[in-house]
Order: sequence, then structure tokens, then C-alpha cells
Amino acid sequence: MAERSFAREVEHLRLGAGDIFRGEGILAITKALLQAGVSYVGGYQGSPISHLMDVLADANDILDELGVNFQSSASEATAAAMLSASVMYPLRGAVAWKSTVGTNVASDALANLASGGVTGGAMVIVGEDYGEGSSIMQERTHAFAMKSQMWLLDPRPDHACIVDLIEKGFELSEASNTPVMLQVRVRSCHMTGSFVARDNVRPAFTIADALNNPKRNLDRIVLPPAAYEHEQEKIRKRLPAAIDFIRSHRLNEFFGERSGRTGIIVQGGMYNSLVRALQFLGLSDAYGDVRLPVYVMNVGYPTIPDEVEDFCRGLDAVLVVEEGQPDYIEQSITTVLARAAVAAQVRGKAYLPMGGDYTAAVLTKGIEAFLEDFDPARLGNRPPKPDVAPLMASPAIARLKEAVPARPPGLCTGCPERPIFAAMKLVEQELGAHHVSADIGCHLFSILPPFNIGATTMGFGLGAASASAFNVKAEKRAIAVMGDGGFWHNGLTSGIGNAVFNKHDGVFLIVDNFYSSATGGQDILSSRALNKRRKTNNSIVDAVKGIGAKWVRQVDRTYDVTRMRAVLREALTTKEEGPKIIVASSECMLNRQRREKPKVAQAIKAGARTVTARFGVDEEVCTGDHACIRLSGCPSLSVKQLDDPLRDDPVASIDNSCVACGNCGEVADAAVLCPSFYQADVIHNPTRWDRLKERLAAPVIAFLQRRQDRRAICFEA
Amino acid sequence: MIRDETVKLDLKPAGGPSERPISIAIVAMGGQGGGVLTDWIVALAEDQGWIAQSTSVPGVAQRTGATIYYIEMMPAGLGGRRPILAQMPTPGDVDVVIASEYMEAGRSILRGIVTPDRTVLIASSHRTLAVTEKMAPGEGIADNGAVADAVHIAARRQIVFDMNAVAIDHGSVISAALFGALAASATLPFAREAFQGIIRQGGKGIQASLATFDAAFDRAMHGAPPSEAPPAAAAAKLPERLADRRADALLQTLRATLPQEAHDMAFLGLKKVVDFQDAAYGEEYLSRLADLHARDAAAGGTDHGFAFTVEAAKHLANAMVYDDLIRVARSKTRTARRDRIRTELGVRAEQIVRTTEYMHPRMEEFVSAMPAPLARWFLRHRRFYDWANRRIDKGRRVSTYSLRWFLALSLLGAMRPTRRWSLRHQTETRHREDWLSAASGALQTNYALAVAILKFRRLIKGYSDTHVRSLSKFNKVMKTTQTIADRDDAAMWAGLLLSAAVKDASHDSLDGAIRTIETIR
Repeated sequence: MAERSFAREVEHLRLGAGDIFRGEGILAITKALLQAGVSYVGGYQGSPISHLMDVLADANDILDELGVNFQSSASEATAAAMLSASVMYPLRGAVAWKSTVGTNVASDALANLASGGVTGGAMVIVGEDYGEGSSIMQERTHAFAMKSQMWLLDPRPDHACIVDLIEKGFELSEASNTPVMLQVRVRSCHMTGSFVARDNVRPAFTIADALNNPKRNLDRIVLPPAAYEHEQEKIRKRLPAAIDFIRSHRLNEFFGERSGRTGIIVQGGMYNSLVRALQFLGLSDAYGDVRLPVYVMNVGYPTIPDEVEDFCRGLDAVLVVEEGQPDYIEQSITTVLARAAVAAQVRGKAYLPMGGDYTAAVLTKGIEAFLEDFDPARLGNRPPKPDVAPLMASPAIARLKEAVPARPPGLCTGCPERPIFAAMKLVEQELGAHHVSADIGCHLFSILPPFNIGATTMGFGLGAASASAFNVKAEKRAIAVMGDGGFWHNGLTSGIGNAVFNKHDGVFLIVDNFYSSATGGQDILSSRALNKRRKTNNSIVDAVKGIGAKWVRQVDRTYDVTRMRAVLREALTTKEEGPKIIVASSECMLNRQRREKPKVAQAIKAGARTVTARFGVDEEVCTGDHACIRLSGCPSLSVKQLDDPLRDDPVASIDNSCVACGNCGEVADAAVLCPSFYQADVIHNPTRWDRLKERLAAPVIAFLQRRQDRRAICFEA
Repeated sequence: MIRDETVKLDLKPAGGPSERPISIAIVAMGGQGGGVLTDWIVALAEDQGWIAQSTSVPGVAQRTGATIYYIEMMPAGLGGRRPILAQMPTPGDVDVVIASEYMEAGRSILRGIVTPDRTVLIASSHRTLAVTEKMAPGEGIADNGAVADAVHIAARRQIVFDMNAVAIDHGSVISAALFGALAASATLPFAREAFQGIIRQGGKGIQASLATFDAAFDRAMHGAPPSEAPPAAAAAKLPERLADRRADALLQTLRATLPQEAHDMAFLGLKKVVDFQDAAYGEEYLSRLADLHARDAAAGGTDHGFAFTVEAAKHLANAMVYDDLIRVARSKTRTARRDRIRTELGVRAEQIVRTTEYMHPRMEEFVSAMPAPLARWFLRHRRFYDWANRRIDKGRRVSTYSLRWFLALSLLGAMRPTRRWSLRHQTETRHREDWLSAASGALQTNYALAVAILKFRRLIKGYSDTHVRSLSKFNKVMKTTQTIADRDDAAMWAGLLLSAAVKDASHDSLDGAIRTIETIR
């Protein structure tokens, strides 16, 4: 079950011709796929693509009606390989993932696909996770499109434009026998907007048709001599066909007045920021009436030489607005103009930064400088631009900079991974620091305060693999951490299998929280929930044993910090050879609460005996050292200042968001911290037996308490 | 007058800064409901026939990190032309910033999206502490004043109050309160009823959301109701007489032996030590304090408002009230405790509350509570010690209000009279006297340093290993201070050492401060 339910939004997918579709960009993309008549869809979740996968998972009924086969792919490579269905058959298919990380994983399959070419339209939707808020390395998908020769669509951030380009993209793919990539940036995926819907299309040729009438053609397989022929085909047939299609269907757009000596060439995705920047410079209004010629490249690759030449002829200079590096488009345009001997000068990164977000502020500065040099009259009387420099220079802001603490993401309240890292921290206190290879997933938050555990991360599912080199006899062993998502993505073979085969002596910790949690709680092979459409409940322990691991320990309640620590200690010190594998399992608390909370509320309302729990801190006992927080970082465990002049430091305090996971108490016990923590159980609708027990103890307790009170010296006036 | 040297070109305007959309940035922490508020605002604008667009970057920040949602809205142009709306806020060009937490309001100012010519800042004044603030082994909370000062110069207008409290009071979440404050700010040209209509379209908790919306709206319009005004910080006057004979005797001693300046603090300290042990312990406290006061007076304490005596009243009480098994047992069995827990949890009369304590006593704690000779015997006979420790040293889940455990805890608490003979008491007394003599030793030559040394007591805290570590920190600070005790600015350095030690759990910044001091020596 995914973190967010799209049951309501899914209904929008049924809209027909003329209806207005409203919603997030990623939903618009999903609707566009149905309008384009896809036969199959796959992909791997990850921001900003997760919602597309979640919507499709919630849209089973509609997909069934349309005869669309939806697969949650095991990895991006699996998804890319799925597109092979479009090689021989006139089937339209789309797959989606987070890029560039997903494209890295998929690139082997993509290269093979692009070499042989496709018959049915094949589209890869990549969520370009670049710039502010990104969780990955800063690279561009553009390079993959160029190297494998796949067309790269980069639509303007406008639902209608994106939807249109998806439908056209399938036609382009078919017209040029080439797979197509559609790149959407994070903000466009989460952008709200609307477009006029068309009817969904049920594919005329179905997957069943293909299965019943199998076809093969040796020419389409990447083996010599066909592989050499593919290269020639790419050059002689597919590229010209694509250029033809893109020109004749006007996928790229021209805006603005055809006047003056300068123009701007912009990536489709950068268009909105460009318009705002031009508005600041007095060169556009809010509706995109720009006073310069603008060429919008909704197709980032290939460059269409004729269009570029026509646009630039007669201009002194053009500015290329291209986010990220290297400057592939700027280079391409420079080459086109040089070959055609068009005199216009090409500028881009000379005025705009090589890397980083192209915000409206950045573009304003760059365009202004460009126009200063090439066409200053355009800037007119230079209307005032937003300028925060004077404010930022004031001493109060300098003091604020000192005060505001960083707020990195962290593990949620009650997260079952917290006690694992608390245990690792305690083992570190006993046995010293170890080399820790981290992986991708929620568990990567361990690299931040308060845990500060983990030295490297080499990619999803590669935590175990990245400890490979550390397989020599030494005083200490390497520890590799990997989540269940990464484990099934590739870690079982690339990490565990590899370690078994090479007799690796390290410790391999698999964090099993029953979902692909970091991407939004999607089900995976080892999920414990029952999923009608998928086979879940496949044990990680069985898998690692099946691949040959001998030393395997399962901790079935990660909150047992003492046991967690003992298992880690044993793994780090045992004389046994081969990989030491620990599977630490407890359900993702976010998912668990979403399921349990309504049930508990209902049970209480219905009068059933129900126990709810929360942790608390005895202020009098807490000394305000906060050692507990340094082993936790739980959002519900905070500190508060007491109204007591005798005490200088704030004490620990637990707020009502506590879900009583038990970590505080367990850590206090395992680390022998202090007796301040208590768990308070509230029995709702107590039974007669509960009340009887209470009645038996009450008089004795009351007697003892009264006695204590009576003997106390009273300072009340 | 300053000469204007701007180059003036003889050109017609290429166009003024044309009409721009209303822009709203919501700065929040992941999981705080920023998404709900964003959806409401977009729905509101669309409901009123405007064109609106929102964007966000959830990504990893959705897990409690700082994140931002951005909305632009504008009516359609002539002939229904749609505006091109931006996907992220531009510094200096944001009309409304809504911050769901006070430090996030500060962060939004640092991003440059709150500017005096344009921005209305709507912020909740409550704090959700960041991990780094909570981790410090003492007070590490960021300075609210820095935010308040910056808001003052950066915002065109501010609406700041505790919107989280308003939401909690009305059984809803902060997004409804923020929405109410936004409506009250009149930054959007839509009526209050239009806002409420959007909430009504929602699914769950509509009534609570509306109540919260209204409360926040009224609060933003009219300020805090009078009852919420902070109570005048009337210093708790020292009572003249006390009904309890023993308490009164102590009070009169306090009045007779200590200067006016120290009365309040000493009274608090007195109550604390008496509660810890007995009236005799209170007498001991007062007489030790009177002795320290005599030295203070001799060192010209009058000129310093008897700062030394006041600090001593505070830290001596803390030193005399050390944390041991007996104290923990007593505090867990108090009448007031169970009532407090019931109130905190909002438990109704028919519900039953049980608590489980997470305790992990070790032989060390038991031995230190034994009479000193017996404790020493155990420490000498490791085999017996280890044998006993194997039975004692483990985590125990103590269900406080079960008969068995309540009796056990009460019994432990009742061992209070034996405390004075315990090994722990001897150790604590010796340590305390060393510290006090170091402090009063400095009185004659450097009054400020003497006060600073008293304050070092703040470093000693925690139980078991934590306690041991805090002692070693205390010793480090003490030792370093003694090496520079002859400098005039020794107190300044001592203060620096103390704050380094309070803020940092690893000894890094403390060691850094020590190294600095070594270079000036």
C-alpha cells in the first residue's frame, strides 16, 4: 500500500473529450498515456515519478477496461527491457523512473533498444531530479539521449503542452523507429494545472495479439552484422525521419516579436522562468507576450538545423538558456550555425552559470548582461528589478544566519530504523568506529545528526557491493547497510551473492521495513501485506540463504535495542568466516500508523477494550543531558525549558505525536542512560477484570502515598 | 544632496514592470500539512475564477526536513489568455510568505523571499526544535530574538502568533490556523466566506478546521484575547511564616542568615534539599550557605549584589540533591505524579492508566547506596561483586502501579534515612567540598571567577556512564580554569569553557577552547 492513496484522483483518468482535467503534472502525464493508447506501462518509483507509479497501481480498473498491462518493475533496467515488446509489434509502451539515477541503471537495455529500433511507439518518462531539493547527483539525462540516439522531449511547463507532446512523442517514435525520452523536472511533476482532455484510446493491437502471433527478425537483434547496420540506419534513416516529423508537426515553438538584433533559444522546461525574467526586465507581460524572438526547444535532442538557421539568420547574437552542464545544446547550435555560415554569435554559459538552478533571478541577471553587450537599447529605461542585496547586508540578517539551525530530513516518529542505528552507535562505543558503506533509502538519514554513521553511498542496492574491497583480514570488519528496496532491486546478487562467492568477511545489514518506504511505501517482494495483484511475503532470509549465505540472523523487532546490539556485536566479533548477514525487520511506522490509527479509533468508539500508549519523561528525574536524543533524533522527543530557577538546562520531553514505538525506553535501558522514561498505557473501555485489578492495588498505593505526603515537610504558607 | 550618477539614456521605456501574479510561498517542515494548505489556496483561487498554479519539491524533505510550496495566481487576461506562472519564488518578489514554524520563518528571510517593500509574513511563533538544538548536552536552543529582529526589518507587515496552539485548542491542525490568518491578512481579494467554503469542501474534520480557522482569523484581526496576556512576572514573595513548624524554623534561619538578594533562590534550594532528605539536611544547607555568605561579604560581596551567595544557593542545592536510586524511587511513587500523567494524557475518569518504567540499575548503584564500610567490602571482593552484578545488571520493565512494584519502590524510597551513611554520600560530599573551596578560594582575588566556578556545577548531570562522563568534563573545565586563575580575565575564559562544554557532547569544542587557553597562558 503506497503512502498516498490516489483513489479519488484516479477517477480523473476517466475524463473524456472536452472535459477539463485538473490536477498535478504527474497525473496529467498518466492521463496522456491513456489518451495515446498505450498497451503496457512499467517503471520504478522514486521522486518525482513515484506518484505516477502510485496512480497506476490505484487505477487497476481503468487499466483493465482499456486492456493496459501495468507492471511494477523490479528495477529501471527491468522497465527499460520491458520496452522490447515494442520492437517487433505495433504496441505502444511507456516506462518511467527518476533520472539520472534510473537511467544509469537502465542504460544497458536502453542502448540495445535504441540500436535495434522500435516498431510501436516506445517512451521513457524521466523525472529529472536536478536542482534545489534534489536527492541525487547533479547530472543531465541529455547525455543518455545523445549517446544511444533517443529523442529527448523537454516540454514547456504547461499541462496542455506536456500532454500534447506525449501523444506526438509516440507518433515521433513510430515515424523514426526510435525510442523517445520525455523529461519532466521535479516542479513540473508536482505542478497543478489543467488541460482539455481527449478520450482514452483502447489499443487496436493488444499484447495478447502479439503473444498469439509471435514475430522475430534477426535484423533487429544487436549482433554483428545487424549491429553495424543499426548504426547506419540511425544516421541515414531514423535521424532524418525524426527531424522531418519534428519540423512538420512543429514540436518546437517560436514566440515573440521578430525584431531587433538578438534572440533567445530556450529549453522547453525553462520557458516559465524565462518569461518571468523577461518580465522583470520589462520585455514581457505576464501572459508571455515577449518583445524578443524566442525559440522554444520542446525537443532537446536532436537539434533541428533548419529551424535554428532560420531563427538565427539576421540576428547579431542569440542567448542559449540551457540548465545544467555540459552545454550540449549550446555546442550543438554553435556547430549548426558554423556549418551553415550563419553569422549570429552564440552565447550561453558565458552569461549564465555553468551549473545550478536557472531561477528567474539568475536568468534576469544573465539576460541583462547579454543584452547590455549586444542590444542595450532593448533594456529601455531599466525598470527596477527585485533586489534583496541591501536587505541581506543588514546586521540583523547576519545575526539571523547564525541563529537559524539546519533542518535536514530525518527518520519519522517511531521509525523502526532508529533503534538499528542507536544499536550501531552503542556498538561503536564498545568496539570503536567501523567503515560503513551506506545505501539509498530512508536509512541513509543515518549519515546525518544525531547518528553520523555511513561513509559512502554508491547507488541503489549497492551498499553491500560497495564494501567489496574491504575483504581482507584486519582488526575490524566493514559494515554494509542496505534497505529491502535496494536488496530486491539488485542487492541480492550484486551485494550478497557477490559476498558469498568471494567469501567476504564483512557484516551486511539489511533493513527490512516491509515496503519501498523512501519512495512512498510501495509494495515489494518481501512486503508482508497481502496484495491481490502481486505476490508478496517472500522472505529476505530465505533469499540470502538460497544464495548460499550461512551466518544469517533475523531480528524480528528492531526496537529491541539490546538484542540488536548483541547481534551486531556478534557479527563483528564472531570467528565464523563468510558474510555475516543481519536482517532487521519491523514495519515502516508511517504505513503502520496509517493502517492502525483508524482501526484503533473505531474500536474505542465501538466500546471494545483498547490499549493506547505513549511515552513520557519524568522531569524531576531527567537531568537535561540529552544523551537519549543523541541516540534517537525522534521528532516527538524534544526538550523543554522548565519554569524552575534552580535548573539551567532544558529537560527531555515527549509530545503527543509519540506512537510508543519504545525506542526511548529501549535505548535508555541498553545504554544504561537514566530511569526518566516511562510508557503510559491507557486502557479504554476497561473490562471488569481490569477494574478489579485496579481496585485491589488502589488502597495500598493510596495508603503508601498518603503516608509519604504526611511525612513530608510542608513549605506552603 | 547626493549627485545622481546613473546613466540616463534618451530612450522610451521598453515597458514598465508589468502586472505580476500574486505570489505565495509556504515554508514548512515535511509532514506538517503544507500540502493541504497549498491545495486549499489553489482551490480558493480557482473557485473565484482565477488561474492558479502551485508547485513543490517534496523529495526527501517530506521526511521532516525544511521544504517550500509555491503558489501563483492571477485572473485570466483579455480573451481568456492564460498567464505564464513561475515555478519557484524569486527573492524580492513574493507577496505572502506563510511559515508554519518560527525558525522556518527565519529561514524564509534568509532565502530573500521576505522583503520590506512587498511581503506580508504570516508565521506561527511556536518552535519545533531541530535535531542539532536538541542534541546539545545542555541548552542549545536557537535564539528567537534573532528571528524577531529580522522579521521587523524584512517584512512589510507581520502576523505572528502561536497558530499551533490555536489549532490544538480547537482540535485541528496548523494548516487551518494558517489559512485563517491568511484570510485575515486581506492579501487575497477574496471574502472570508470563500475561504470557509473551501474548508467545507474537504473530507474530514471540517467542524474542527472551521473552528480553528475562525479562531485564527479573529486572533489575526484583533490580537490576543486579554486572558492570554502573559501574567506579570510577580516574583514569588518569600512567605512571612509557615504553618509547618519544622519548615518555619528553617525559613526563619534563612531570613536571619542570608541577605535579601539570595532569599528567593535559597528558599527554592531549601525546599529541594529538604524534599530530598530531611529537615536536618535543610539546616546543613543553610549553614553551609551562611558560611559561604560570610566569605562573600568579606570579599566585598555587597558591591556585587551578593552574586556569589545567590549562585551558591542555587548550585549548592543541586549538588546536595544528587541523583540516586532512592530519589528516583520516591519521585516515581509520588501522588502528584500519577495525576500529572493522567492530565497530560487527557485521560477520562473511567479509563485506566498504567505506566512501565524502563530501569536498568547496576551493582554500582546498589553498592553506592550501601553504608560505606559494606560498600567498600564489596568493592574489595570482586568475586562477590561480579556475582551480584550478574543478577542485578539487566534492564527491568517496572510496572509502577502494580502492587508488587509499588511496594518495592516505596521500600526503596523509605531507605532515605540510611542515605547519609552511604558511600555515595561520602563521595558526593567530598566532591562538593573540593568545588566549594575552589570557588571560595578565588573570592578574595577574583570575585567574578569565584562565581564562574560555582556555575561549573551545571555540568554534572546524568546517571551511570553519562554521569561519569559529565564528571570528567567538569574536571577538565576546572583544571583548565585553575591554570589561568591568576589572569584578570579568568572569569571570561571560565564562562567560555562552560558554554563550550554545555553545547557539545563530544569534547571537540571544549577541547578547542582548552587549546586556545593553552596558547594564551
